[in-house]
Amino acid sequence: MTMSLPTMHTFIAYVDDQPGVLNRVVSLFRRRAYNIESLTVGRTDRDGISRITLVMVADDDQALRIAANLYKLVNVIRVEDITHAASVSRDLALVKVRADAETRAQVLQICEVFRARVVDVGSHALMVEITGTQDKLDGLVDVLRPFGILEMVRTGAIAMTRGAGERELPALIGDDVAA
Amino acid sequence: MKRTGAQIIWEVLAHEGVDVVFGYPGGAIMPAYDALLGYGIHHVLVRHEQGAAHMADGYARASGKVGVAIATSGPGATNLVTGIATAMLDSSPIVCITGQVPSSLIGTDAFQETDITGVTLPITKHNYLVTRVEDIAPAMREAFKVARSGRPGPVLVDITKDAQQASTDFVWDERPVRLPGHRPESRPPRTDLARAVELIDAAERPLILTGHGVIRAGAAEHLMELVKKTGIPVASTLLGLGGFPATHPLSLGMMGMHGEAWVNAAIQEADLLIAAGMRFDDRVTGNLRTYALKAKKIHLEIDPSEINKNVKVDVPLVGDVRETIAALLPQVAQRTRAPWLARIHELKGDSAVRDIQTLPHDGHLYAAHVIHDLWRLTEGNALVVTDVGQHQMWAAQYYKHDRARSLITSGGLGTMGFALPAAIGARFARPDDDIWVIVGDGGFQMTACELSTLAQENKKVNVAIINNGFLGMVRQWQEMFYEGRYSATPLKSPDFVMLAQAHGLDALRVTKREEIPSAVAFARGAAGTCVIDFRVEQEDSVYPMVPAGADLGHMIRRPAARNVLVEDGESEE
Repeated sequence: MTMSLPTMHTFIAYVDDQPGVLNRVVSLFRRRAYNIESLTVGRTDRDGISRITLVMVADDDQALRIAANLYKLVNVIRVEDITHAASVSRDLALVKVRADAETRAQVLQICEVFRARVVDVGSHALMVEITGTQDKLDGLVDVLRPFGILEMVRTGAIAMTRGAGERELPALIGDDVAA
Repeated sequence: MKRTGAQIIWEVLAHEGVDVVFGYPGGAIMPAYDALLGYGIHHVLVRHEQGAAHMADGYARASGKVGVAIATSGPGATNLVTGIATAMLDSSPIVCITGQVPSSLIGTDAFQETDITGVTLPITKHNYLVTRVEDIAPAMREAFKVARSGRPGPVLVDITKDAQQASTDFVWDERPVRLPGHRPESRPPRTDLARAVELIDAAERPLILTGHGVIRAGAAEHLMELVKKTGIPVASTLLGLGGFPATHPLSLGMMGMHGEAWVNAAIQEADLLIAAGMRFDDRVTGNLRTYALKAKKIHLEIDPSEINKNVKVDVPLVGDVRETIAALLPQVAQRTRAPWLARIHELKGDSAVRDIQTLPHDGHLYAAHVIHDLWRLTEGNALVVTDVGQHQMWAAQYYKHDRARSLITSGGLGTMGFALPAAIGARFARPDDDIWVIVGDGGFQMTACELSTLAQENKKVNVAIINNGFLGMVRQWQEMFYEGRYSATPLKSPDFVMLAQAHGLDALRVTKREEIPSAVAFARGAAGTCVIDFRVEQEDSVYPMVPAGADLGHMIRRPAARNVLVEDGESEE
C-alpha cells in the first residue's frame, strides 16, 4: 500500500448533541491506538447539533479511513477533513506567568507584541489570554517561559473553512433522508 | 392509547414484523416479560444468553430479516457479548434488547448492573441507553432501521426497568424513521462505473471475488448475469459460498487460507480482481505485500470505510452491490475468456489427485468423507450451519452450495459454539428446510445446553458432530508450527449419543464410511432432532493451507501418497 508521509490532519465533524456521542468518536481512535493531538467540542447554532474539531497525525490513507469510520457512526452527521482546504484555525490559551515589579513591564511588552490580553494581575503573576494559530501560541509560550510559567491551559484548535461553503448544515439536516 | 414501556417494546416488535424472539428473563427485564403474555410473539427460552444472540443471528442470516434477542441486565447482557461480536464481524442484522437497573440506580454498582452500552460500544453498529418511557419506541425503531440498512449489523437497546414500568401515550408513527447521520450510499458515481467497465472489458485474466455482501444484498442473480455476459470466473470467500452456484462451470471455489490452491494461484496471476461484497480479510489475502500484485482491483462495497483498508484498490464502487452490478450489466462487453480459463485449468494440476476423495479407501472414517457424503445424500439442498475449526473448512470445501443463504457460519469472529444455536434460529426462519449442523466435538460442548432448548421447542435440526477427540484446528497448527506439541488440545467428551438421548432426542454413532448413508437417512426421516456422533480420524489436517501471514501462492498441500498419520487408538468401537 502506498503511503503519504504522516502529517497533521484536521477533521470537522457535526454530531448529535447527546450523552455518549463523544465517547463513540473517541473510541474509534482508542481502538486503533491513534493519539489525538487536540479535540474540541461545542454547540453550534443548531439545537441538538455539536461540532467537533479534531487534530491528529495521519497519512492520507489513514485520514480517509478515519473520516469514513467517523461517518459510519450513527450520531455523526457530517465529517470533513479540512487539512488541504483553505481554512482558519484558532487555539486559545490562558497562561499564568511569573511577573513581579521588576519583570512586569517586560512581560506586558511581550504580550502587546503577540496581541495577547492580560486578564488578571496579581502582585507576583499575570494571567494572559491569547488566541491564534497553534504556532503563534507556541511562540508566546516560548518567550514567556524564561519568566516562569506557573500554569497554562489550551483549548485545542477550532477550525473553519474559508468562503461561503457549498453545503451548509441547515440544508443538510433538512434533507429528507428517510429511506 | 396509554401503554407501559414494557408493552411498547412488544408493540414495536410486532409492527416491525417480528414473530419470534430468543431470550432469557431476569430482574431488570421482568416488566417486559410480563407484558409479553399479552402479545402473539413467540418467545424461545434459551439456556444461555449467548445462545439467544446466536439464534437471532442464525435467524437473520437464514431469513434476511432482523433477528431479536432479549436478556436481563448484568450477566444476562454480558452473556450476549460474544453473540453480538459475532454478528458485528459478519454484518448480521440483529437487535438485542436488554433490561437495565432503574435509572435512579445507574452508576451505583447496583445488583446486576453493568454498563452494557459501554461494553458493547465497539461491537455494535449502534446502541441505545433508554431511561425514559417516551424514548423506547423511537430508539427501537431506529435500532431496526440501523440494523438492517446499509452494511447490516447488531444494535443493542438497553432499557431501564423504570422506563419499562412507566406509561405514556403510544401511537405508532407511520412516518419513516429519520436519521440524518445514517445515510448508506446506494449507487456509485457514473464516472467510477465507467472506469470499472473499461477495466473489465480490457482484462485478459479477470476474476470475480464474491463475498457475504452479495448474499446480503440479494445480488446473486445479478452476479450470475454478470458472469454469463463477461465470462469471468468466480472465486468465493467463506461467507460468500452460495452467492454463486458451486456447480457452475465458472465457479472456481473458495479462496484464501484453506481455499483451493488453484484459486489462490489464479488470484496471484490475475490482471483484474472484481471484489464484490467482500473485505479482503487476512484469511483471504495472506501476506498483503505479495497479494495479487499483477491485478488492478475494483471494489464493490457498501461500507466506505472498507475501501483501501487492507488492499489498495484502483476503482472503488461504493454502494449497494446489487444496484452496482445492475448498473454495470448493460455497459460491460459480452465476451469469453478461453485462454484464461485454460490457464486456470492448468493451475489445477494434480489437485484432484491429491484430494482425499480420490485416495483409496483405507477403512478409516474421514471428516471430508462424511461431509462429501452428506452433500451427496442431501442432494446439495440442505441448509448447513457450521461451527468453527477444521470441520468448518471441510464443510466449506466438500459441501457444494448452489444457493444463497444455504451456508451459515461464523467467519469473521470464528466463534466456537455458534452452530447449534444459530441453527435453532435458522429453523424458525426456514421451517421446512433440511437443516444440518456440522460441528466439532469442542465447539459442540460450548453451547450443547441448547439441545434442551430444541427439545423444549420440539424443533428438528440434524446435528453431525465431527468427533476427532481433539481441538482439531489448534492441534493441526501445533503439528505444523509447534513441532507437534499438543498443548491442551486432546479432548475427552461425554458420550454424545447418551447426551442427546438424555434430552429425549434421537442419536446414533457412526464409525465407518459404509454407515453414513443409513445414518443420514435415519436422521432425515426422524420426526425430531437427531444427533449423529461421527467418530472420525483423529489427526487429519485441513489441506491445502496458507500459513497465517504467508504468501497466498505458497500453500501447504496434502501429501500425495499416504496422507494421514495413523496413530494407535484411532477408534474406540
